Amino acid sequence: MAVVFEKTKLLCDAPFHYCPGCTHGIIHRLVAEALDELGIGDTAIGVAPVGCAVFAYNYFNCDMQEAAHGRAPAVATGIKRVHPDKAVFTYQGDGDLASIGAAEIVHAATRGEKITTIFVNNAIYGMTGGQMAPTTLPGQVTTTSPYGRDTNHCGFPVKVSEMLSTLTGPAYIERVSVHDVQHIRKAKAAIKKAFQLQMEGKGFTLIEVISTCPTNWGMTPKESLEWVKSDMIPAYPLGVYKDVTEGGTK
Amino acid sequence: MKKLMKGNEAIAEAAIQAGCRFFFGYPITPQNQIPEYMSKRMPQVGGCFLQAESEVAAINMVYGAAGAGARVMTSSSSPGISLKQEGISYMIGAELPCVIVNIVRGGPGLGGIQPAQSDYYQATRGGGHGDYRMCVLAPSSIQEAVDLTQNAFDIADRYRNPVMVLGDGLIGQMMEPVDMEKAMNREPAPDLAQKTWATTGHKATVDHPRSIVNSLYIDPQVLEDHNIHLQSKYDAMESAECRWQEELTSDAEIVIVAYGTTSRIARSAMRKCREKGVKVGMIRPITLWPFPEAAIRATLATAKHYLCIEMSMGQMVDDVRLAVNGERPVEFYGRCGGMVPTVNDIVDQIMALSGQSDPDLFKQVEQAANAACEKINDLGKKIDEKVNSPEFVQKTEELKKQVEGAAVKTVDGLAKGATLFAEGLGKAFDAFKKEFDNNDDQGKGGEE
Repeated sequence: MAVVFEKTKLLCDAPFHYCPGCTHGIIHRLVAEALDELGIGDTAIGVAPVGCAVFAYNYFNCDMQEAAHGRAPAVATGIKRVHPDKAVFTYQGDGDLASIGAAEIVHAATRGEKITTIFVNNAIYGMTGGQMAPTTLPGQVTTTSPYGRDTNHCGFPVKVSEMLSTLTGPAYIERVSVHDVQHIRKAKAAIKKAFQLQMEGKGFTLIEVISTCPTNWGMTPKESLEWVKSDMIPAYPLGVYKDVTEGGTK
Repeated sequence: MKKLMKGNEAIAEAAIQAGCRFFFGYPITPQNQIPEYMSKRMPQVGGCFLQAESEVAAINMVYGAAGAGARVMTSSSSPGISLKQEGISYMIGAELPCVIVNIVRGGPGLGGIQPAQSDYYQATRGGGHGDYRMCVLAPSSIQEAVDLTQNAFDIADRYRNPVMVLGDGLIGQMMEPVDMEKAMNREPAPDLAQKTWATTGHKATVDHPRSIVNSLYIDPQVLEDHNIHLQSKYDAMESAECRWQEELTSDAEIVIVAYGTTSRIARSAMRKCREKGVKVGMIRPITLWPFPEAAIRATLATAKHYLCIEMSMGQMVDDVRLAVNGERPVEFYGRCGGMVPTVNDIVDQIMALSGQSDPDLFKQVEQAANAACEKINDLGKKIDEKVNSPEFVQKTEELKKQVEGAAVKTVDGLAKGATLFAEGLGKAFDAFKKEFDNNDDQGKGGEE
């Protein structure tokens, strides 16, 4: 019988700990498939964050390091400088990357560090129980913004892709979503392109993936996917924010 | 052949000669010559110097590079080392080797930029969270800084644990002749194992599965087991890596305990006191952790007093007291904030303990002060009795301040001897009496 679908070898046979309806699982698979298809998966070195993806080292079937909260880009920098020929990636959530790790991501980006960052933005701290994140939308209810995020009191969401695209160091920055099949396919293409550019030595690459958190959003998985479309994407427009390749955006 | 080298540069070159090819750091005084030297030398030897955006980022770059199998170093000074504590704790949890140089300056807070030894607790107790230990090597000369920096890489690799080289602003900034020939192209110690645990991006096989560098153990039993495993490494370090130097301890009745820069000043003081016939010796811890407790206990046979000298308000003295365990008095003398004790300061301390100093020194001072106070009180009473004019009250206030000023100054000079103190009070008293006599005359005149 012809094989029409196969689980990527770059994911271990370990059950995910993610909640039902969470899109981390999809994003893990896309990263693994992209690395696999480029033939760089079995020699890749990944860095796991602190947050929901803290156990990513149990899932990606390659050499992995687990970093302190927010420090994944610095850890990846150390790895890449020792092994410049290997694909090095960080997999980080919004609290990890846009809050406590803001300095590390900005400086890895501006150095043009030849790594790929998968930035999973679900607008909330999932692992710790649904607190307000730097990316939480105005008015969004979380356990630390029980009356909704008051922008007068605690400011506005951080738009990471927009912010980092102002720097010269990044080679490729794109924001994607995984709320339907069409967008999942686009997300995979973006992740693949980012790794390809890393291996070509073009510079820093980041793919921001809009993700769901049904548990802490207080929604069903289906409602969550709809909320991505209705609320998240208008606040975080999808698209390519930086592309240094020919025909890319400025 | 010996070469005149600055401490910071010698440490950097020693690291390179020990095979360190990765350095991540951030500027802070007084250690800046280390990153500066590395930025020049690393490209010449095919290594990598990278200036991080912060000390936090630097130690995490060290984490990544160490986890990737490299010999890697970072350096900083006290406030920057505080920022690295999170990373050090993670590296110990993840069992990653590296060398961290702390060229200590005075604290707390931003403190100052002059030499200090006030990071002893932080270095030896584990400044970060969790149960942990790391070897702390404290050089007292530039040559020793070179030797210990090179040893530090071997110790780090041997136990898969960070090692700290704890210098101070003097060790970093001072220039001394160094024999670099022995340090050139130093091979790693022969007992060191291959770093098969490192994340090198190798293709996983049954014999060599994929590597995971991690300090997260979510199952309490597994985390306890991990800590028991780490403890076994600390036990091994304690039995194999403890270093110290003993001088003139065989008959010592007074045993000085001092490390780093302070030990050199203490040595000069010790020699001066030996010339005066005082049986004084010194133990210089070279590893601050493991602490040379057994060496200190061995001196109990002759010791009557211990004298711990530090450039701090008293930190290592705790370890000396733990070692002596109440069996002898342990005294402390320290300067801090960038102040460095002088030889004479330490001689005075030793002489006071030896019983050969003027035994009535403090009594004399006390008596002189009491006598002066009594006289001032008497005069005050007389004034109260005889004079009540506002003009006179004001004058006595001024005089009081004058006397107080003289007293404060003389208290500052306490350690310098009783003579100045007595003279100062005497002068203040004379001046007071003269003024009083004048006023007294006027007062009398007024009455008439």
